[in-house]
Amino acid sequence: MTPDPAPTATRARLASGAEARLEELITEVRRDPGRLSRAVARAARVVGRGPGPDGHRVEDVARARLVAAAAEATGPAGASAVVEDAYRTGDADERRAVLLALPDLDLEAAALPLVEDALRTNDARLVAAAMGPYAAAHLPAEAWRHGVLKCLFVGIPLTAVADLEHRRDAELDRMVAAYAAEREAAGREVPAHARALLDRTPSNH
Amino acid sequence: MRIFDPHIHMTSRTTDDYEAMHDAGVRAVVEPAFWLGQPRTSVGSFVDYFDGLLGWERFRAAQHGIAHHATIALNPKEANDPRCRGVLDLLPRYLEKDGVVAVGEVGFDSMTREEEDVFVRQLELAGEHDLPVLVHTPHRDKAAGTRRTLEIVAQVGIAPERVVVDHLNEVTVDVVDDAGCWAGFSVYPDTKMDEARMVRILQRRGLERVMINSAADWGRSDPLKTWRTGQTMLSAGFTEHDVDHVLWRNPVAFYGQSGRLLLDDVDAGADYAGNTLQRGEPLTPAAQG
Repeated sequence: MTPDPAPTATRARLASGAEARLEELITEVRRDPGRLSRAVARAARVVGRGPGPDGHRVEDVARARLVAAAAEATGPAGASAVVEDAYRTGDADERRAVLLALPDLDLEAAALPLVEDALRTNDARLVAAAMGPYAAAHLPAEAWRHGVLKCLFVGIPLTAVADLEHRRDAELDRMVAAYAAEREAAGREVPAHARALLDRTPSNH
Repeated sequence: MRIFDPHIHMTSRTTDDYEAMHDAGVRAVVEPAFWLGQPRTSVGSFVDYFDGLLGWERFRAAQHGIAHHATIALNPKEANDPRCRGVLDLLPRYLEKDGVVAVGEVGFDSMTREEEDVFVRQLELAGEHDLPVLVHTPHRDKAAGTRRTLEIVAQVGIAPERVVVDHLNEVTVDVVDDAGCWAGFSVYPDTKMDEARMVRILQRRGLERVMINSAADWGRSDPLKTWRTGQTMLSAGFTEHDVDHVLWRNPVAFYGQSGRLLLDDVDAGADYAGNTLQRGEPLTPAAQG
């Protein structure tokens, strides 16, 4: 029985003081989407930082909502460029927020290069954000399977992989089993999440 | 002992160093943007380097329970290369980022005209972004370079308490103190300070407005020099409170002027548990079954 997914970062709402401060930044960015880069850089200092609603961090919610506001204000033709610029000019925390916003941005597969870039790092914060609902919906199977393996390699719990049970296939299970066998042959621990996946009966085979 | 190393080039150091630093009590660092031992030749190299300071290096440090901050600037050596001048146009974007606690390292290497122009421009940028400044004093003709540095800081009009003049020694400390700037010392084998000389300077001038760093980099250097200096202070009769004053509270006070310190998650006492600084998904160490 899969639990309902928590609201995405762009749909989360902050405590009232933080909401008010965020609204000011959002207004600025709606008026001029070119101000997005500066707004997301300053977002944590202005709005707040730390554990927030629905398991998200306050700064992730603030930044994701700013990205969404700028994309919406720009309109469909320019949204992809705005989002890409926010990612490319962002530090790791800002990039993470862009990735968290992707499911709600109506970009079809246009932002896949950003997901692929994030999966090329070993920064667990980015890899985890990259394997959310946007990758579940758009990342081709080969790259998605490697993304799951990457989570195991850098120590990200597979609960971070959106729609894991739905997208997993025999090939993924083979790759994870091979990884587990490799660890066992080396006399090393098999990560608990790999073991758990292999022990779960697949729902779709 | 809790330690904040205010000048260390972690891109050149391995995770062994992060582990040793954490064991010794290091819980925060500032990594200044600098030269890499061989000249860079394009603005793109700097983009990737700056992004690494704010991204990968901050993550790497967090995995070892250390809060990583950076200073950003076009360093003195590469200020001489016209191909790198465009880095100045990148700075307004980078100087707005979280964890960027100063403009630096700026200053002189060979005292050229180009170096001076770039130094002045970056002092102005520090004012525009309300950030303090980390100034590198040259290794060649240091005393003259330090005096010229202080003249320029005064001309541009930055408040002296927002400037740290680094890599000082016996012949340069007094003129910096007289100017009202912070005094930075690198305890670094062969070419800069050692622990014993450092303690003698502290005994002579006191503990105010002074920072001690390892400046550990790709050369023969030691990221535990801060800790060793703290031990030498204790042996010389300073108290643990004095050591904390110099090695923790002073860097916090100086770089805190930026409003950008990221110390909320730092646990300056307990054992590193793995998750407190991840600021993202909690990791599952392989050892957990």
